[in-house]
Amino acid sequence: MKKKIMGAILTLTLVAGILTGCGQAKETTTSATAKARTLEDIKKDGTIKIGVFSDKNPFGYVDSNGNIQGYDVYFAKRIGKDLLGSEDKVEFVYVEAANRVEYLKSAKVDVILANFTVTKDRSEQVDFALPYMKVALGVVSPDNALITDVEQLKDKTLIVVKGTTAETYFMENHADIKLLKFDEYQEAYDALLDGRGDAFSTDNTEVLAWALQNKGFSVGIESIGSIDTIAPAVQKRNTELLEWINSEIKALAEEQFFHKNFEETLKPVYGDNIDPENLVVEGGEL
Amino acid sequence: MQDSGIQVLFQGTNFLRLLEGLLVSLRISIIAMGLSVVLGIPFGVIMTSKNMIIRFISRIYLETVRIMPQLVLLFLVYFGAAKHVGVNFSGGMAAVIVFTFWGTAEMGDLVRSALISIPVHQYESGFALGMTKIQVHWYLIIPQTVRRLLPSLMNLLTRMIKTTSLVVLIGVVEVVKVGKQIIDASRYTTPTAALWVYGAIFLMYFAICYPFSMASALLEKKLKD
Repeated sequence: MKKKIMGAILTLTLVAGILTGCGQAKETTTSATAKARTLEDIKKDGTIKIGVFSDKNPFGYVDSNGNIQGYDVYFAKRIGKDLLGSEDKVEFVYVEAANRVEYLKSAKVDVILANFTVTKDRSEQVDFALPYMKVALGVVSPDNALITDVEQLKDKTLIVVKGTTAETYFMENHADIKLLKFDEYQEAYDALLDGRGDAFSTDNTEVLAWALQNKGFSVGIESIGSIDTIAPAVQKRNTELLEWINSEIKALAEEQFFHKNFEETLKPVYGDNIDPENLVVEGGEL
Repeated sequence: MQDSGIQVLFQGTNFLRLLEGLLVSLRISIIAMGLSVVLGIPFGVIMTSKNMIIRFISRIYLETVRIMPQLVLLFLVYFGAAKHVGVNFSGGMAAVIVFTFWGTAEMGDLVRSALISIPVHQYESGFALGMTKIQVHWYLIIPQTVRRLLPSLMNLLTRMIKTTSLVVLIGVVEVVKVGKQIIDASRYTTPTAALWVYGAIFLMYFAICYPFSMASALLEKKLKD
């Protein structure tokens, strides 16, 4: 009796193994994706599905009246207007950082406009259009000892958060700066407030927003380190749609659309002191 | 001086949106639970079968559901079905399917354990009276198991309500996600909002789960007589 059960279990695991094995092999060759809607399909349908964040203020967030707002959303609405004739033709789908790629692969959205940073790994999974924004590192320090140049940091203490691009950048390129590392943003900010370090560095969007809320601190260096770009993404090989978005981004450069977008959505958060050239990309040109 | 975080709850339509989110959570779990009860009872009876193969297959189903995280199941049904089979479920539909799939297995196991806790002489007396197998179950066994089932049933339901917070990953905006949206929208103006918003969500969960526990306690008392 026992032997019989063991035998049954063994065969079952073997069969399951073979089945999943086959499944995986198939997946890599056909790279399972649902067929994305072409530009033609979208025009015929009359609505475009755009995936945005709903909790990433000021890029994509829901205001207290339940309306979706932000830098990404502002661009999405413009796409709806230029492609289908009205801002209301955009169907917003709320995505999470972890499922953005899946939404494209399963063709549940046409375009992702969710603060999607272009990386090599992601480029293998989706097709990125021209960038419409860029991020770099920023350095925030007290007004009475403002750091405006990286040379000033020599032999001083810089606060960073572990695992961020700031940590890697300063370790590799500026070995003469002493780094004070923390696990969490809150601890790092507390350390800066206490004066345990001379400055703090992380993504420039983050430090700019923080400096605005904390009097006596300013962002002396707004852009340093390698620049990452943020771009719309479509499903792999959805060429027509990709080309339409690219030509749209190029055409919008003429009216400085993204500068206007910046004024409307980012400036209220980042304040007057910030130079839009450090964040905004026009016409896809860095 | 920054605004007190509690104000955030009453700005614009924030509170209403939280309630709507709660309704989404509640609707998914109630529909899924209803279906699970309907499908789980026959499944539980099947699980007590003397046939080895039937027992083995139902065991595999149960274990699969228990081992697989609900999140994986949600992704499989929502994204996987669209990619591999071309079936495009809405987020809410996918959630109900997954929660029913999960609930049926759990419910089945609960029914099974309740059934085998009924003494053998109950069955034997039924058969001795000339009742068929179905009659024995319908008139004798199932009524007796219901009372034993109620506490664990309510436990399963409240677990399901709380697990609905996962469905945000397949695009369904439920109460916790609305909370996050509210916190984030006021991130720069009211950094202390998080405590109040999560506090409100905690109370909301309590407010919907507690009546179910109360109702089950009452029913249990009533059915005892």
